[in-house]
Amino acid sequence: MTHGPGTNGLILEEPLLWEKGKPGREAYSLPHRDVPEETVDQNLLGDGPEFTDLGELDVVRHYTRLSQWNFGIDTGMYPLGSCTMKYNPKINEKMAATAGLASAHPLLEADLSQGILKLYYELEQFLSAITGMDAVSLQPSAGAQGELTAMLMFAAYFRKKGEQRTKILIPDTAHGTNPASAALCGFTAIPLASGKHGILDPTAVEELMDDETVGIMVTNPNTLGLFEEHIREITDIVHSRGGLVYGDGANMNAIMGVVDIKRCGIDAVHLNLHKTFSTPHGGGGPGSGPVCVTAELAPYLPVPRVARTGEGYVLDTQSAESIGRVHGFFGNVSVLIRAYSYILSMGPENLKKASQLAVLNGAYVKARLLDTFDLAYDRPCMHECVFSDARQLPFKITTLDMAKRLIDHGYHPPTIYFPLVVSGAIMIEPTETECKDDLDSFIEVFQAIAQEAENDGERLRQAPVITKVRRLDETQAARKPCLRG
Amino acid sequence: MRYLPHTEEEIAEMLAVIGQQSLADLFAHIPADTRFQGELDIPGPLSEWDLTTHLEVLGQSMFTGSSRAVLIGAGSYDHHIPEIVRSLSGRSEFLTAYTPYQPEMAQGTLQGIFEFQTLTARLLGTEVANASMYDGASALAEALLMALRIGKKKRTVAISSAIHPHYREVVKTYLEPGPFEIVELSLGDDGRTDLSALSAIDDLAGVAIQSPNFFGIIEDHQQGADFVHGLGALYIACFSEPLTFGLFKNPGSAGADIVCGEGQSFGMTQSFGGSGLGMFGCKQEFVRNMPGRVVGQTVDKDGKRGFVLTLSTREQHIRREKATSNICSNQGLCAMTAAIYMATLGHTGMRQLARLNYDKAAYLRKGLLAAGAKPLFSGPVFNEFAVVFEKDFTPVRQRLLDQGIAAGLSLEPYFPDLGNAFLFCATETVSRALIDELLEEVRR
Repeated sequence: MTHGPGTNGLILEEPLLWEKGKPGREAYSLPHRDVPEETVDQNLLGDGPEFTDLGELDVVRHYTRLSQWNFGIDTGMYPLGSCTMKYNPKINEKMAATAGLASAHPLLEADLSQGILKLYYELEQFLSAITGMDAVSLQPSAGAQGELTAMLMFAAYFRKKGEQRTKILIPDTAHGTNPASAALCGFTAIPLASGKHGILDPTAVEELMDDETVGIMVTNPNTLGLFEEHIREITDIVHSRGGLVYGDGANMNAIMGVVDIKRCGIDAVHLNLHKTFSTPHGGGGPGSGPVCVTAELAPYLPVPRVARTGEGYVLDTQSAESIGRVHGFFGNVSVLIRAYSYILSMGPENLKKASQLAVLNGAYVKARLLDTFDLAYDRPCMHECVFSDARQLPFKITTLDMAKRLIDHGYHPPTIYFPLVVSGAIMIEPTETECKDDLDSFIEVFQAIAQEAENDGERLRQAPVITKVRRLDETQAARKPCLRG
Repeated sequence: MRYLPHTEEEIAEMLAVIGQQSLADLFAHIPADTRFQGELDIPGPLSEWDLTTHLEVLGQSMFTGSSRAVLIGAGSYDHHIPEIVRSLSGRSEFLTAYTPYQPEMAQGTLQGIFEFQTLTARLLGTEVANASMYDGASALAEALLMALRIGKKKRTVAISSAIHPHYREVVKTYLEPGPFEIVELSLGDDGRTDLSALSAIDDLAGVAIQSPNFFGIIEDHQQGADFVHGLGALYIACFSEPLTFGLFKNPGSAGADIVCGEGQSFGMTQSFGGSGLGMFGCKQEFVRNMPGRVVGQTVDKDGKRGFVLTLSTREQHIRREKATSNICSNQGLCAMTAAIYMATLGHTGMRQLARLNYDKAAYLRKGLLAAGAKPLFSGPVFNEFAVVFEKDFTPVRQRLLDQGIAAGLSLEPYFPDLGNAFLFCATETVSRALIDELLEEVRR
């Protein structure tokens, strides 16, 4: 059958850290001691942590071997839907490590920190320009903290107006973090079913939106990869009842330079810099989730804010309406430097082109897999498309089996079983940085896997077979948690 | 553009497969009233060379570099980062992977985080630890929310006024919409938190104490935990300098129920305050109420050891609005970096380095006191401390800045009553010669 880049290779075993090493080895070079030993209160003294002493090469081999058990974007195609696993440019790593920026202390006076404050201010301006929104906070450390920040702002806004609003509409296609973030602000999530075409129906919003409802949280394009075409009608309804609209910008990569978020009627939107703006995801962070808002909500943004004066950049900590801080300092600044570098490297035309090509790639994969898999909703897709395992289920093959078989071929599987509204969902987001040749290989392998589903199902149920470990027992992990050694 | 691989021919071929004429046609269904007007108003594109020059210029305007020294901690510490920590944590297999949703191809991240949880639990003296939080400040806010969840109908939490002022601000932000009350505890003459106000609170869910606290003072967790447990509440130990536990007793062994704080000291650059690392551990009995992701050990189909994300029934993708927190992406690579750092130092390195920090700060403190400064508080300290100057210190500090030394942080913006009090920090990166230079200027 057709093969992807996956093959057998030499993988080395490596024990846990504390299963190796010996007292007396060292991997650390202690800076010179040029001061005398002072007395220490014996009652405070501890024994020091139970860490093993390792040699320098022990540590190097340990982590080199671990890294080789990982698959990243640099290894191969990673079409994880809703996660925008685009190429993470190498130069951005170097820029984040720029000596003067990487060693900056966050509490030095502003006049000793002008370079980073300028970068911070300009990045806010860039994100403002890209979304069409009026003001930005770069403090939130991840998308979910951006959502929480926006919900806290909504809560503060209604407190100020003296309105008691306790409910919020959340579509069934929303990311799980949406209801969790709203709940942290004491809002009750009211589920909103998406219409039969996979997008929201304004009449459903009309029925539920009342003066006890904060508003709505909308992901646009939504998690089915579809543009919410009635967004203006929906936001008009919410505003007419005094509510606010939150936009989840996780899928911003589809619409840069094409859609104006503010014109959609959205009051606050978060961006994931580790998705749209190419910063590496690091196996689970650090991310960054800036919040962009309208002028009306700007006073509620977290403080401190960076402001520009005639003499330079200053920190503004005074705002009576502000929700306060959401980060100990200024957010994940090293991530912000990478996103800033990406935006400057791309420039306006290439950013728009990136969105166009992301949608081109999404639509191309959809078109070429139409005959192979069941398409959840037959509408023009944006940067990602959602199929299901409906055609393979009669052969007792599930989405999970096909995803695991992709691993043997050297591909990271798409997002699976999400969004929840599609049973056995397969959500593919290629991103613009994949070339046609690589897309074609992926498509052909996926088609071959669908063939196997009919003829050789056991291979899929056994997959993956060439990885360091095979399918893992997640039930045992949850039932008898072993969380440390 | 080198990040966009499509040739014009390929674009044409792909459009033909889709059945469209142009790239613009792909967006034909986007309503006119939502469309972007005009072009994006951002600069660029910059070449790699021009970008590098631009960032270098920005970097040069900062008070950093080899001719400069910043003797300030206050939640962000200047420690030496061993080259192997930098080079291993920068491996692109770690860097460019997503959250490990497909464990068969993410065992590197998963074993690395399992080891991080283990090292963190051993360091803090807790039974379990999670895969990380955003930073020390939000970790504390989440710890208090966790105590309120466990305390069910209890509505009040108490926090020491010697907790980092920014952490306290984040706590206020997170707790604001809920029906909760935050009581701030005052300090005694030794700079330790006075717990006597607690007895008057009848619905106390948890009490948070930072050690070393914002003034560098080591608090008595043992006494605090005993007292707070006697009131039926949870004891939360917070920190901003985890290196402390290389030398001093850890909070878990003193009886803390939840231990949380900032881990930037362990191999992360200061980078104007981020990316740092929220570290979070607790007693086993509270694990199902703990926020954040966790990695657990299990076996594969062939009985071989392996690791997976687990206890996900606490999380948003299953429990949605009933989740223990909304955290999804956390600080994965920072946790990996901290683990590599802890592995590199080992037990011996951790003890030696902590001791060296203690001695460096003691040397600076002794010198300042000899030059006429008074200790703000009398309690014991680790690698930072606060002193009060009799005469206005500002002109001296300015002269030192001109010599490339940022000597201490003025406490006045944080505590207006503490005029002319400054918080100093000396880690292993500060040489005796530099301290002597500083002392000479102070004595002048």
